[in-house]
Amino acid sequence: MDLNAKIPDGPIEGKWDRHRFEMKLVNPANKRKYNILVVGTGLAGASAAASLAELGYNVDCFCFQDSPRRAHSIAAQGGINAAKNYQNDGDSIYRLFYDTVKGGDFRAREANVYRLAQISVNIIDQCVAQGVPFAREYGGLLSNRSFGGAQVSRTFYARGQTGQQLLLGAYQALERQIGLGKVKMYARHEMLDLVVIDGVARGIITRNLVTGETRGWVGDAVVLATGGYGNVFYLSTNAKGSNVTASYRAHKRGAGFANPCFTQIHPTCIPVSGDYQSKLTLMSESLRNDGRVWVPKQKGDVRRPEQIPEDERDYYLERRYPSFGNLVPRDVASRAAKAVCDEGRGVGPSKMAVFLDFGDAVRRLGQNVVADRYGNLFEMYERITGEDPYKTPMRIFPAVHYTMGGLWVDYNLMSTIPGLHVLGEANFSDHGANRLGASALMQGLADGYFIIPYTIGNYLAQAKLPKITVDHPEVQRSLAGVRAQTSRLLGIKGRTTVDEFHRELGLVMWDYCGMGRTAEGLKVALQKIPEIRARFWSDVAVPGANEELNPWLEKAGRVADFLEFGELMCLDALERNESCGGHFREEFQTPDGEALRDDANYSYAAVWEYTGEGSAPRLNKEPLEFKNVKLATRSYA
Amino acid sequence: MSKTMTLTLQIWRQRSADTPGSMQTYKLEGVNEHMSFLEMLDVLNAKLTKDGQDPVAFDHDCREGICGSCSMVIDGRPHGPRKGTTACQLHMRTYKDGDTITIEPWRAKAFPVIKDLVVDRGSFDRIVASGGFVSVNTGVTVDANATPIGKKNADEAMDYAACIGCGACVAACPNASAMLFTGAKVGHLVKLPQGQVERRGRVLRMVEQMDREGFGACTNHRECSEACPKEISFDAIELLNREYMRAQVTND
Repeated sequence: MDLNAKIPDGPIEGKWDRHRFEMKLVNPANKRKYNILVVGTGLAGASAAASLAELGYNVDCFCFQDSPRRAHSIAAQGGINAAKNYQNDGDSIYRLFYDTVKGGDFRAREANVYRLAQISVNIIDQCVAQGVPFAREYGGLLSNRSFGGAQVSRTFYARGQTGQQLLLGAYQALERQIGLGKVKMYARHEMLDLVVIDGVARGIITRNLVTGETRGWVGDAVVLATGGYGNVFYLSTNAKGSNVTASYRAHKRGAGFANPCFTQIHPTCIPVSGDYQSKLTLMSESLRNDGRVWVPKQKGDVRRPEQIPEDERDYYLERRYPSFGNLVPRDVASRAAKAVCDEGRGVGPSKMAVFLDFGDAVRRLGQNVVADRYGNLFEMYERITGEDPYKTPMRIFPAVHYTMGGLWVDYNLMSTIPGLHVLGEANFSDHGANRLGASALMQGLADGYFIIPYTIGNYLAQAKLPKITVDHPEVQRSLAGVRAQTSRLLGIKGRTTVDEFHRELGLVMWDYCGMGRTAEGLKVALQKIPEIRARFWSDVAVPGANEELNPWLEKAGRVADFLEFGELMCLDALERNESCGGHFREEFQTPDGEALRDDANYSYAAVWEYTGEGSAPRLNKEPLEFKNVKLATRSYA
Repeated sequence: MSKTMTLTLQIWRQRSADTPGSMQTYKLEGVNEHMSFLEMLDVLNAKLTKDGQDPVAFDHDCREGICGSCSMVIDGRPHGPRKGTTACQLHMRTYKDGDTITIEPWRAKAFPVIKDLVVDRGSFDRIVASGGFVSVNTGVTVDANATPIGKKNADEAMDYAACIGCGACVAACPNASAMLFTGAKVGHLVKLPQGQVERRGRVLRMVEQMDREGFGACTNHRECSEACPKEISFDAIELLNREYMRAQVTND
């Protein structure tokens, strides 16, 4: 597997500028001769589709939702980082770069992260020009707040709905191009295979979710922006439809999958309330700006939080990490919450929760100010739990939220399959082993607005792309494979529902490949997953038919892929004998319980190659070099 | 301890757009008060699947009230009884043991039923495509802070922009009017300096598209705003009318 990252030469500050000059261009009149397939319409996909169409390319764009506006980026709450230094508090492109590399526990590619920090400032300009209603101060200028893992205020936000507003900006730009006829939009279409011809990505297979029609599409390049795979855990903060299928099927066609075990467990989610639970709800990290996290000092303290006096509370983040306090990065906060619950100091009916307390904030700022900052989040909490967080502390617990791993891409965002480009959460590139808050929106939009429009031209200008049609034998072969899988799923007519299998897989993943992992546990998971998969293929109950709207058939296909992909995650976690960021191997920790990296042996991206059904995947390595940020033990104390 | 309840559910079942539908009755036991409304439907669907019956199709995705997928009329009210709450955020503690609940899809000519509770809301996307944007290509070089925007206008723009495009406004309206949806987008952009250049053409094109899709006219019932899970103010419609009038009598 060729893992040449194609990082431009020269000092890091000048790499992207230099690369932009050296890349080949497609002249404006020729752009309309190219057809690009964009899959996914979240921040990365919608911004890419719109920007490519603006340049003159013809774009076919696909999403499984009923409208491109509903992609899961819409649910991001807290904000988007940018190194604007509007607050005069010492921010710079270099500092955002440094914070992101350090926050990712030194497992990201420096050159990509530096470019991300450079582009961050353009994103805010672009979004404001589109009419994104960011929060503002009374003087009319943009407001910022702080987020975990940073000591500057660089996060731009639109109440607790930043993802929604950024996505609507990108969606509106996309709809404009649809109206102009430059983008053809296919909603309720799910990608079920990648078509690779002579080693080059040339098309996709989709299923029309309303009619069941499967068909092939061909183009000159394919862009996947299909999000993350957190739903492998069944319970996560992801939308119910979020899945690994497009990425995983591209992987099976030859795209390397990098660092699949790097998952982010977000510290502030509403705890699980029962076994009927279908998803978990995030409470924005921004709440940690004013909320204080604590548990009782005594084990098994069952008093109501109001009855526990100040000196019997353990504000454990402030105690353990005095300089960052409640604003430590997500992986650190999540592990600390797990540790106090494991000690028996958890709260609430399940004892798997900690308090997030706004009592001091309400006393200091008044309820109105707190409501202005977090009102919609407080309401959401109240709707779900029936408790009022102005009066009693929230109960929170970590939950799966984001996946840093993804399809391997080079500096041009191209995967190991020429022509297949991967953007946003679906790729692996920028967050290393842990993503800092408010950086996902930044990366999605950087990839879509400001990177792919340049790099795809460079590819198209040099690629030899013979003309093909959907009648090509490879398209027909992929199509036949997809149809065969659909028939097989519908033909099993077993007794166990798709959700039951998904839940069972999710529990195995959470128990053995969740917040704490051990070699022993991962080996157990690697035995259990194939066993669940075998039962799935002999006993799954998929009601209905293909030729109709059939959400259970859709879901069955996604769970079938999770049942293979989960194994790859466990294998990756087992292979990485160190702890870094969100990957915490319990065997590798400091005496204080912090992650213990092994830079001598594991300073690489682990890139897995599919070698066929029943055959072990092959591990390839992209070594990571740190020339600008000194490798050091992360400290937030 | 949490309470459980037994419910009678009357649900609209329709196999496809071109087959007639009808209300069907289901009895569901063991519903936990802490379940969300959609989790209650998950339980029903698991039961139907096990019994070899066709489960109930409904649109859903984020289940945290922001994607706008869910689209069901519960006991005659879009998204159910709780104000400012989407169906996915409605929890069963709102109900009591023995209750009967009716569940239907959005009903509007411009939202044809696809199956059961699932409707086609592509008309909303086409309204946006007709003008619900600022025509700026990627590549802006004006600094984001170059144009200060007063907090009041920025906040009002955000109030309108909060629309999730679910279509509850249309479902609630006796005329199936989409004026709250369209007004919210016009309002969001007209409150900002970036929206001024295309102010006139935008409202004319969006209203024209709205009419072409078969949405009805507003006759001031105000049900839309009452049903809106994001509580978009009825002012959006007054604003839309003003903007439309202004567009007809001015040239800018």
